[in-house]
Amino acid sequence: MDLNYTAEELAFRDEVRDWLQASIPADLREKVLNYEELSKDDLVRWHKILADKGWLAPSWPVEWGGTDWTPVQRYIFEEEYAYAGAPPIAPFGPTMCASVLLRFGSEEQKQRFLPRIYHCDDFWCQGYSEPGSGSDLASLKCRAERRGDHYVVNGQKIWTTLGHYGDWIFCLVRTDNTVSKKQEGISFLLIDMNTPGITVRPLVLLDEGHEVNEVFFEDVKVPLENLVYEENKGWTVAKYLLGHERLNTGRVGQSKREMIKLKDMAARTTKNGKPLLEDPRFRDRVSRVEVELMALEITNLRFVDEMRRTGQIGADVSMLKIKGTEIQQAITELLMQVAGPRAQSFKPIDYEGFDEFMGSIAARYFNYRKTSIYAGSNEIQRNIIAKMSLGL
Amino acid sequence: MDFQYTEEQQLLADSLERLVEKTYDFESRQKIVRSDAGYSAELWSNLAELGLLSLPFAEQHGGFGGGTTDLIATMQAVGKGLLAEPVLSTLLGGRLIANAGSEAQHAELLPSVIDGSTRLAFAYVETDARYEPAQIAAKATKSGDGWTLDGEKIAVQHGPLADKLIVAARSAGAAGDREGLSLFVVDPKAQGVSLNSYRSVDNQRVADITFQGVKLPADALLGEAGKAWEAIDEALDFATVLLCCEAVGAMNFANETTLEYLKTRKQFGVTIGSFQALQHRMVDMTISAAQSYSICLLATARLDAAARGELDAAERRRVVSGAKIKVAEASRHVGQEAIQLHGGMGMTEELKVSHTFKRLTMIGQLFGDVDHHLERFAATA
Repeated sequence: MDLNYTAEELAFRDEVRDWLQASIPADLREKVLNYEELSKDDLVRWHKILADKGWLAPSWPVEWGGTDWTPVQRYIFEEEYAYAGAPPIAPFGPTMCASVLLRFGSEEQKQRFLPRIYHCDDFWCQGYSEPGSGSDLASLKCRAERRGDHYVVNGQKIWTTLGHYGDWIFCLVRTDNTVSKKQEGISFLLIDMNTPGITVRPLVLLDEGHEVNEVFFEDVKVPLENLVYEENKGWTVAKYLLGHERLNTGRVGQSKREMIKLKDMAARTTKNGKPLLEDPRFRDRVSRVEVELMALEITNLRFVDEMRRTGQIGADVSMLKIKGTEIQQAITELLMQVAGPRAQSFKPIDYEGFDEFMGSIAARYFNYRKTSIYAGSNEIQRNIIAKMSLGL
Repeated sequence: MDFQYTEEQQLLADSLERLVEKTYDFESRQKIVRSDAGYSAELWSNLAELGLLSLPFAEQHGGFGGGTTDLIATMQAVGKGLLAEPVLSTLLGGRLIANAGSEAQHAELLPSVIDGSTRLAFAYVETDARYEPAQIAAKATKSGDGWTLDGEKIAVQHGPLADKLIVAARSAGAAGDREGLSLFVVDPKAQGVSLNSYRSVDNQRVADITFQGVKLPADALLGEAGKAWEAIDEALDFATVLLCCEAVGAMNFANETTLEYLKTRKQFGVTIGSFQALQHRMVDMTISAAQSYSICLLATARLDAAARGELDAAERRRVVSGAKIKVAEASRHVGQEAIQLHGGMGMTEELKVSHTFKRLTMIGQLFGDVDHHLERFAATA
């Protein structure tokens, strides 16, 4: 039993930490820490910096630009990355689409797409959910009909994150209506978003932020060569992706950073002439979340260790997503409590010197309710553990 | 990084589990805890023979020279088996001797702790002091070469089973001071010591103890007079961490047996485990136990690092209190849910899970409840 990193791992951590410290553009870091929206230019700029360093996609095979890091090193990198306040890399290209191409794509597809994903020459998004198919994803209806050398796609996708930045979208589409089992008859298609017939409509969330969209497909022609793996075998691909890269869903690094910010703000906020952080009622709320986070960090490392030892992890890894999102949400709620009466502030109308950060705190609380809903709702995660891990 | 037990650690835990299965099954335990003795002398000597009591003590006294990390798996087996033997109390008493005693006292006392011939209990809790050692009011007065002890201790875990009591008393200062606390080794049969013994709700033997003009020789004092606070604080952290590991073993048992019940109990023509409302609760119980285990790993590692002088005491206190907060809340969650999911059967005296629930509940209160540790956690973070 040894919870510590080796000397080599510690040296690696320092290397990552130092590089991030020196390389994250100050304006971008500022935006991340102040919960400001990042433009496409912001995201692409940082993406290219990371790509130039060769750290854009650690889990890829080395010949495609990956690193040969161990699971522990990959975890350390992700933690340091989040802790440093680096802008996010949208996962849809490097993590999701690339993983699928590496596992199921033809040689030609890999050659065509992977280098452009690595350098963010194409911005990717994900076309999975539909208005009638959320948690029950396999019931999806968006139709792709084969006509000669192409498919014709008709239907709608929803919750398309950063769809308004997207150059390409990977979609699950129905290619066979006649099968009785709904998981069969689904295919995995790569679609150029500049193809005629595609409309992207913003779906503004309750914090008035624009991050997700609806995407409509009307007689969209997609070349047959954009099919990944076999026709009607898209569910195999989708399942592979669901089980992929789940060691960082706990977002421990990000929560540690947010916890420091929360305590710092609470220490500088006064209640009855004393720091709010010293108010026992408030302090206990913070402590409970801190304790949960301390435990989650070790739980996360236990899964990393399992991966290191056995090359795989059990379905109970879903607990990282459940606990991680509960913690993230709890922190946003506590931050709102620190803001107190100022939590109401949102958008200035006639207000010189408006505190933009204060105005983002409640919005972030509302926005973060998404975390227990997206990427397989926490209820779905519980179903997964119940079925796959507990055998219920 | 490595989350595997060493071969020795695993072996010891497995041996203990096998021993418990063979000689200390639930029915046998039910008889043992209600017997006059209140514990199994046979199991106790077997535990000592396995080396369970030697693990955290120095090699020159016959110990193994290990840390709390070496006891994680073993204490889980203690929790799973619902042992009523004074394992934790004796380890805690030994830790107090190791922390506060002189080299001569180590040599005199520790070998018989390690070989199981001296069972110990720590008398520190008082009605008004509750869990806070600094609030101790029991008085030790210098008289001649020795000391006179007066005061009342309550809820002394395994007091009735102890060959020797380690008593925390105030030789100087007033309740609330960390300075002025001293530790004494007291024979429970000495004149002026009276025990009111009882069986606790979770079937441990406990005593309220009165000390009235108890005459103690000079060498009954462990180490230096008035300087025991740090030794007590560290030993209680040590015991708290081990208790948390015990709770994890108990929670894991509660979860296993509840899961089994969900898979076999039928209502409405189906197993009740097919109901999503129950599945999700079972998952949350599993997560509670997993998070508890994780924080136990952290706390044992930090406690051992602090014992080696690699970490300061404040950080040790913070992590140990964090562990107790998490484990106590998880124990409550898992215990209550295990009973609820067992339905009426969980309410009976007949199932082991009901007894596990009682133990988990009392563990939540031992060595400081959640509020006590929240206060301590906040004070050090």
